[in-house]
Amino acid sequence: MDLYSISSGALLIAFILYLVATFFFGGAIRQDKSERHQKTKAGSIGLVITIIGFASQLVYFITRWMLTGHAPVSNLFEFTTFLGMSMIFAFIIIYIYYKTAFLGVFALPLATIIIAYASMFSTGAAPLVPSLQSNWLHIHVTTVALGQGILFISFVAGLMYLIRQIDQTKLTFRNGMLEAVIYCIFLFIGFIVITTIFNAVSYQATFEVDRDGQAVMAEYQLPPLAAPKDSTLLSENVMNPWFEAPAWMHGDEAGRKLNTVIWSFFTGTIIYGIAFLISRKRIGKRLHPLVKGVKPDMLDEIMYRSVAIGFPVFTLGGLIFAAIWAQLAWGRFWGWDPKEVWALITWFFYAAFLHLRLSRGWHGEKSGWLAVVGFAIIMFNLIVVNLILASLHSYA
Amino acid sequence: MNKIKCECGHINPEGTVLCEACGKPVEGNQHIDGNDGKKLLNMRYDGSARRSQTYQKSIIDKIWSFFSSVKVGVWLIVLALIASIFGTIFPQEQFIPQDAVSRDPAIFYEDRYGIWGLMYYQLGFHHMYSSYWFITLIALIGISLVICSLDRFVPLFRALRNQKPKKHKKFLSRQRLYSESINVDDSDVDKLVQGLKNSRYKITEEDGQILAEKGRFSRWGPYVNHIGLIIILIAAILRTTPIMFTEEYMWVREGEQRVIPGTNNQYYIENKDFILETHDQNDERFQEAFLKEEEIASNFQTDVVVYEAKNADVVGAEPELEPILEHSIKMNNPAKFDKYTLYQQGYQLNEFDNMSFHIHEADDSEEKSLGDFTINLSNPESVYELDSGFRVELTNYYPDYIMTENGNPASETDFPRNPAFVVTVYPPDSEEGEVSFLGIGRNIDATGENQYKVAIDDVEFRDVSGIAVSSDRTLPYFFAGAMIFMIGVIQGMYWQHRRVWINKQKGNTLLLAAHTNKNWHGIKRDIEKAVADTNITMVEDQQEIDE
Repeated sequence: MDLYSISSGALLIAFILYLVATFFFGGAIRQDKSERHQKTKAGSIGLVITIIGFASQLVYFITRWMLTGHAPVSNLFEFTTFLGMSMIFAFIIIYIYYKTAFLGVFALPLATIIIAYASMFSTGAAPLVPSLQSNWLHIHVTTVALGQGILFISFVAGLMYLIRQIDQTKLTFRNGMLEAVIYCIFLFIGFIVITTIFNAVSYQATFEVDRDGQAVMAEYQLPPLAAPKDSTLLSENVMNPWFEAPAWMHGDEAGRKLNTVIWSFFTGTIIYGIAFLISRKRIGKRLHPLVKGVKPDMLDEIMYRSVAIGFPVFTLGGLIFAAIWAQLAWGRFWGWDPKEVWALITWFFYAAFLHLRLSRGWHGEKSGWLAVVGFAIIMFNLIVVNLILASLHSYA
Repeated sequence: MNKIKCECGHINPEGTVLCEACGKPVEGNQHIDGNDGKKLLNMRYDGSARRSQTYQKSIIDKIWSFFSSVKVGVWLIVLALIASIFGTIFPQEQFIPQDAVSRDPAIFYEDRYGIWGLMYYQLGFHHMYSSYWFITLIALIGISLVICSLDRFVPLFRALRNQKPKKHKKFLSRQRLYSESINVDDSDVDKLVQGLKNSRYKITEEDGQILAEKGRFSRWGPYVNHIGLIIILIAAILRTTPIMFTEEYMWVREGEQRVIPGTNNQYYIENKDFILETHDQNDERFQEAFLKEEEIASNFQTDVVVYEAKNADVVGAEPELEPILEHSIKMNNPAKFDKYTLYQQGYQLNEFDNMSFHIHEADDSEEKSLGDFTINLSNPESVYELDSGFRVELTNYYPDYIMTENGNPASETDFPRNPAFVVTVYPPDSEEGEVSFLGIGRNIDATGENQYKVAIDDVEFRDVSGIAVSSDRTLPYFFAGAMIFMIGVIQGMYWQHRRVWINKQKGNTLLLAAHTNKNWHGIKRDIEKAVADTNITMVEDQQEIDE
């Protein structure tokens, strides 16, 4: 077996183990008040499986490092996978401290979605361009991912708090918003499902795009609903596009990206619809009984503490190490590149969060919403800034 | 100043909410911390007297109160956050792409983004982060940081220094963690104290009343990290002065020696060689990447020698150059000397260096040379006297030739990327010249009656390195600020100030109360462990969120 197969195999094993562990954590949730927050057998098994999964992912990480000669954090697939790994790591730490099996029921599947999402991008390894050839690549990127992994736990706890505390008996604005957050998670799943399906059948449609008189090729891996602007379809036996991407979207890839977004909405909505039909209630309401046995105080505390712990780590990796490296590579430690600005926005946001915690009335539900929004900003920086806003960090 | 004397005898400053020594709520001041009608006391600043909450008469008081409000601080942060978001909708002006129709913001934004782009430009969002209002916003955050910190640090420091182990019952019973136990043996109290000691609490005992405390230094974390941020902001202000920060950009051709800009003619640089290397395309590991991009750069490098001019201040004298540094400047590996740093930032491959020509008779099919000459493209001469007696006048030189829309020749840049010339050839002993237009793939006889023709023999190329020169004396300050920030934030976030009060009342009742600024789970565990084998009742959390 070559390193590459070991590496991808280990990642797959980790992926499966995380899902298996989720069920054990599910079994560890006690509805009985007196037994809450105590070690349970199912919880311990879940933790062991999670740790084995983490070890397996570590094998993926190390073998891939050996294979490529650099830490696998240099493209979107590698970074996002590593982010998933650091989320699991943060969860393990929190579990050891708080013995919170219930957290695993949400944290593990969400981290698994992140890892699956990562695999939708090109998994091929690329050699490092000169600006990335530095030990700061490892230091900066791993610290950022670790900080974001810890902040992810605050998102999980915040989300659980909202599911636990918001009255689900009738439809209100608040549980409507909560449902919208859950729907967004389904969009990720939609993206993963539809990409996997068409990858499996090796679907491909090629367009010729006119770019200032030059012909450029655009490759679609999903059936083209939206064609690139000023393009002709070259492939045969594929569906005809319904419309062209609007002119204000720029870049050769704009059409393909828009098309992917449409498909993700489409599939995500269908999956959400199916889930809705099966449970016959809002998903938030469906999940509510699952977390009924959890003390909201505990959730609030975990949510706040993971911000308190994650914020310094994120500052160190995302701003300070980032600035040191930028100074060495580009001769300027700060350049208002979109990725940098969004790291600053993330920092501003969590700084505001920590200050709001000083005042009364911002604990509990409001904090929960903030934790959700904070993580949305992190995901925005990962996805939208990389894929849509032009940036020095566009290494997808 | 109206000092407040507490029944315990301690004299508190005006505006105190909870007596610094015994914690008894000061009557009439409870609204300040919002304690009225609440079961629990607000312990955020230990009920100390903050200037902002005490004096609100003069205009200075009002400004002080305004900036010391956390709410105002958060609003400023949120405004800066929203402004930052707007700045990323379209690229900032320094990121206008090379291939844009025009790099002039007045044209670019409207051309590419239509009406929204025009609005973006007109609102000044294209240079958001250097706009006066954005900088003002950051400055306001700075002011808020200073005032907030001073307003809280001074009284909090006082209150924690003056605290006594004996607390008023009203103080203890209104803590979040509280219990009363009756008939407690002294041995149980000792066990409790020992248990807390084992958890590394510091014990203060006075008249049999006990305070167990740990991690007080974490209370100073926020003020330390704010100092770090202030240092960073001051460094940012210093960086706007040329003494602290200069930055220049230079193009250096291979083989060229030139003065380094921004160094007052003190330093010179010579470009020995520019090297561009690419990754091996046959590397099996990276085949997928090479499908997308045929060439992936692996190294940009300029081998340079830096010279110091020994007599740079002598006017008119030819500088005496002494080599002081040889370095291969690469990305992530800049060259450093004196206070300057040189960064590899750009390159231009195969720029024209020299072009050599010969003259022949226009109708000579063998093109027999009647004399040759070479033009140095970065430093052309105006007249070339040939050995054969020919004289060639360089009438016009277009280093980067283009034809403008109205049909006139022009040069797009000053770099010899596409050189073209208008030359006038004077045959030996003739005063009448013939005009020719020469360029790559062009040889135009202006009149059509020329007797002589100029032909290109050879072209020599060389690479050009783009090197940034910066002198940034603010870096140590930024670094120090960042480190102090990290120390402060870790101090405040990773440690907690935990206090447990153990007060004996008359009739053998023991009051146990505890407070921490965060991590209630942790302090509960500490107490749980310490009271495990005693008759002392475990503290009850009086603020659990209702289920």
